[in-house]
Amino acid sequence: MTLLSVRNLRVTFPTRQGTFEAVRGVSFDLGRERLGVVGESGSGKSMTGRSILGLVRPPGLVTADRMQLEGQSILNLPERKMRKIRGRRISMVMQDPKFSLNPVMSIGDQIVEAYRLHAGGARAAARQKALDMLAAVQIRDPERVMQAYPHEVSGGMGQRIMIAMMLAPDPEILIADEPTSALDVSVRTEVLNIMDRLVRDRGMGLIFISHDLNLVAQFCDRVLIMYAGRIVETLAARDLHQARHPYTRGLLNSLPRLDAPQDRLPVLQRQDSWRDGDPIAESLETEFPGGL
Amino acid sequence: MLTVEHLNVWFGHPPARVDAVKDAGFTVAPGESFGLVGESGSGKSTILRAIAGLIDTWSGRIEVAGQPVAARRRDRAFYKTVQMVFQDPYASLHPRHSVDAVLSEALRLQGMDDIDRRIARLLDDVGLGRGFRFRYPHQLSGGQRQRVAIARALAAEPRLLLLDEPTSALDVSVQAEILNLLSDLRAEHGLTYVMVSHDLAVVGHMCDRLAVMQQGRIVEVMTVEDLRRGAARQDYTRQLIAASAGYQRA
Repeated sequence: MTLLSVRNLRVTFPTRQGTFEAVRGVSFDLGRERLGVVGESGSGKSMTGRSILGLVRPPGLVTADRMQLEGQSILNLPERKMRKIRGRRISMVMQDPKFSLNPVMSIGDQIVEAYRLHAGGARAAARQKALDMLAAVQIRDPERVMQAYPHEVSGGMGQRIMIAMMLAPDPEILIADEPTSALDVSVRTEVLNIMDRLVRDRGMGLIFISHDLNLVAQFCDRVLIMYAGRIVETLAARDLHQARHPYTRGLLNSLPRLDAPQDRLPVLQRQDSWRDGDPIAESLETEFPGGL
Repeated sequence: MLTVEHLNVWFGHPPARVDAVKDAGFTVAPGESFGLVGESGSGKSTILRAIAGLIDTWSGRIEVAGQPVAARRRDRAFYKTVQMVFQDPYASLHPRHSVDAVLSEALRLQGMDDIDRRIARLLDDVGLGRGFRFRYPHQLSGGQRQRVAIARALAAEPRLLLLDEPTSALDVSVQAEILNLLSDLRAEHGLTYVMVSHDLAVVGHMCDRLAVMQQGRIVEVMTVEDLRRGAARQDYTRQLIAASAGYQRA
């Protein structure tokens, strides 16, 4: 079943030198799966995520032939309607918990506020829900963490708290923008396990935005490769190492590898044709080839 | 080239004193490339900053090219031997100084003459070309900025380069370019590197030996061949290697 369907998404910004197109005609469907979006900085992967949530600020302009959440259009909804979707039906986890949590509010109050905003209900029930969510993201001492302020917790715990807060209203889709890039490798595995379990147990759709190709290949079901605002290749994650697009291949080759030492790393030779050439993808209408 | 013995580094005063590095020791031979790896807060960058003279609350012994270094002020001769490249090229260059100003300041501080010719050569060395000489940081990409930071470090013609996560703020394709540049420069100038990184693959590519750090202590010093073969002696190192290999679905 398609949770989210996007066709020909474009995000443009007027500049003094003319219009800058950050996203240039992106199309994809998201089911109850882990969908990876990879690309370098400036490839438009974060803008794609933000535009789905209506977080592109003017003068930025979002257009699309279609942007539907379970059949209902969510393109350029008025802010009042968007607020009913954002957080409740589609949630987003950002890269760095340090900048996403309110520094002058206790963690418990923040989760309770976020939850009641979307689900309403009594304060005591919301508090219980917050405790349950913290336990769900493997925080051992939720009572203590509820009292704590963001500066008193580590980066890994901050990120788990963000995930707890975003998942309290039980969204159908979670957009995670580099959720583990600021974390150490050992904590990273824990955070990924938590998200993995949520996709499986709740049937959530996950859009996982990352620059880390290998991580995406291991964690996701399906991968979109973005270059200069377009999807240049779509692959089942397990086939990433059989990628055919020269950009994807170039990115993979430029990574140093412990198991395959080499004197010099191959450097990506960018081609103009990547900007506008034909993308390599299965037909869009095929339902989630790598998904459930 | 570099000897570190019984190095302790601390911040703050008791009872709030934090011991960031505890009894660390290692040696780096001339021309060698040595890696320091560990998770955030393990003290790897702190060791580098203590060597560079950016932290003065340390005890123990640091010797560079056979000379013990002073705890506090370092002289010009020290900075002619040792230079550092920082993690974030967006933060380590003054936004209102042109490339020319950055490099000529570094050259003048070392009492160099013939600055014009030297700047041109530094820019050639780091693969930027002379067209970049009068640009400002905001006119450069992240990779180009890191090249300027490397040129600035090379201006003193140092023998030991301290590299603090030099590519972790860069895209992988740009990382490959910078790592290749650092390899070339080491071969051309006979440099010695001490490189801090959280990325075992990067250290495996660049270094001959490495020290693994955990909570301020060096738990293991090993060769890169041992790292590749997975021949770690300590449990912590094995965990780190396993976690770096990527994500295994639970």
